[in-house]
Amino acid sequence: MTWPRLRDLLTTYLFVAPAIILFLVFSLIPFLKVFQLSVFEWDGISSHMQFVWLNNFRTALFRDTSWWISMRNAGVITLLALSVQNFLALVLGLIVDREIKGKNFYRVVFYIPPVLSGIVVGLVWNWIFDGSHGLLNHALTTIHLGQWTRAWLADPKTAIYGIAVIHMWKGFGWGFVILLAGLQAIPRELNEAARVDGASEWYIFSRITVPLMMPVFFLVSILTVLGTMQIYDIIVSTTNGGPGYHTEVPITRILAAMVGSSRFGYACALGILFGIILLAVSMVQMRLSKWSARFS
Amino acid sequence: MDSSTPKTVSSASANPSPSRPVSGFQFQILMYRVQRYTTLVFAHLFCLMVAAACLFPLIWMVSSSLKTQSTIFSDMSIWVKHPHWENYYWAWTRGNFSRYFFNSLFYTAVVVVGVIVISSLAAYAFSRLKFPGRNVLFILLISTMMIPIPGSFIALYVLLVKLSLIDTRLGYVLPQINGGLALGIFLLKTFFDKLPQDLEDAARIDGCNKFQVYLHVAMPLAKPAVAVLAVFNALAVWNEYLLANLVLSNRTLMPLQRGLMVFQGSHITQYPLLMAGIAISIVPILTLYFLMQRYIVAGITAGALKM
Repeated sequence: MTWPRLRDLLTTYLFVAPAIILFLVFSLIPFLKVFQLSVFEWDGISSHMQFVWLNNFRTALFRDTSWWISMRNAGVITLLALSVQNFLALVLGLIVDREIKGKNFYRVVFYIPPVLSGIVVGLVWNWIFDGSHGLLNHALTTIHLGQWTRAWLADPKTAIYGIAVIHMWKGFGWGFVILLAGLQAIPRELNEAARVDGASEWYIFSRITVPLMMPVFFLVSILTVLGTMQIYDIIVSTTNGGPGYHTEVPITRILAAMVGSSRFGYACALGILFGIILLAVSMVQMRLSKWSARFS
Repeated sequence: MDSSTPKTVSSASANPSPSRPVSGFQFQILMYRVQRYTTLVFAHLFCLMVAAACLFPLIWMVSSSLKTQSTIFSDMSIWVKHPHWENYYWAWTRGNFSRYFFNSLFYTAVVVVGVIVISSLAAYAFSRLKFPGRNVLFILLISTMMIPIPGSFIALYVLLVKLSLIDTRLGYVLPQINGGLALGIFLLKTFFDKLPQDLEDAARIDGCNKFQVYLHVAMPLAKPAVAVLAVFNALAVWNEYLLANLVLSNRTLMPLQRGLMVFQGSHITQYPLLMAGIAISIVPILTLYFLMQRYIVAGITAGALKM
């Protein structure tokens, strides 16, 4: 290779070098390091690391009940988000997709909660759900439903649902925007042709809208699962996992293992397990998506 | 409710014939219109209720930030008669929110610029320049978007300690720049791929080198994609909490989200100041959102398409 050609190639590599270096240092090395640390017992500070084979994984899988409680809690929130939040998002999407005035107004307003940070949302809602000065309790007392009042986020019976409500409030606007984009991509002529042929609204919805929207539905549900299972900011700014373990979620458990009990290896093992579970869930959903595509 | 029917309805009602009894056809049109308007009213009512539910907590937060510690739990009015604007002053000064605010501004600006510069350079190379290993490197960089690695922040923390980047601005900024690269490279590469090659060829013939073509031809054309990237990264950095919690323990370095938690922890009872702090923290992000909202919609759709 001649010198000018080599120099030309080197300058080309300069274009990608910053990205590659950052990627290596802050993505690839940590990624590999997680697997390495997961087979050690290590407090994060001392130079001594004890190799413990797969003991961390065994503990996580079979002995750590708080971990599985946290998975179940996140699962409950995820199921609610998948059903209630996405249903609301779809209904709103279908309404706004029609020729109604103020389409843009609704789109802008519904997307305000997703723009806010989980911390801000949590802190504001914390107060709405508060036991002694909470807005919700105040409203209930005003309409003579005083017997229903409670410390919503401190009561073991309601805490997880309170979190779910906050999470769905923050999230439905996001689902709405994606679903609306999907709906608007459906050619209008299809609906109109069906209507001219005398099809009912329900027929149009179930035979045209739903089949065409299938890929979007699956996309939204995969992203909902991934996003909700990894919920953290809202938890930390409201209940911080309490009362007891009632609102613990996987990320708070990983952090508790790491920062709380200084078991870095164990925290990494939890992280890997969690990653595998998330990957498995999204793979199943993608399979389902491909499978359902054969019918439309 | 579709756009084609109203025309026939209005032309039919343009010639009303009050003397004759309502024929069956006209009755049908009447019923159709009644049905149409009731659905429309219900649709709007429903949407307005949801919109109110979106806005109410925010309005409540602002009105609470104007009350005093003694009235905040008794005065449930939305419209505050004697607003205490000084709460904002106290939050800004004594609550340290000025410091957090400028830190957030700094981190957001640095990460956004970093992501745009680094990912556009890489995306341009992946789209236009030929070099060995191009596809492998591209897939490697993009793969970080696909694989959820919830535990990687532990190793990242260990790494930052080793590089003595813990509790430094650099240690907070670099991982976030890296975090924005995958989407940035992906978005910009697809954008560059669609640009016509002719302009760049002309620039090359006129004697521009690769870098000049990138800077003076490709980048100016990529403005829409760059705007999407800027908004998305700005939102992500401004709202980031987990990394700030792990990396930064020095109060003078903390961004707003971290500052809010610290303030809540140490002044648990000062609700009006906390609410003022929250209001301060969302003003810039809401402004950005209102100004750039069409880019956000474009970005969500593009971001969703990456899957």
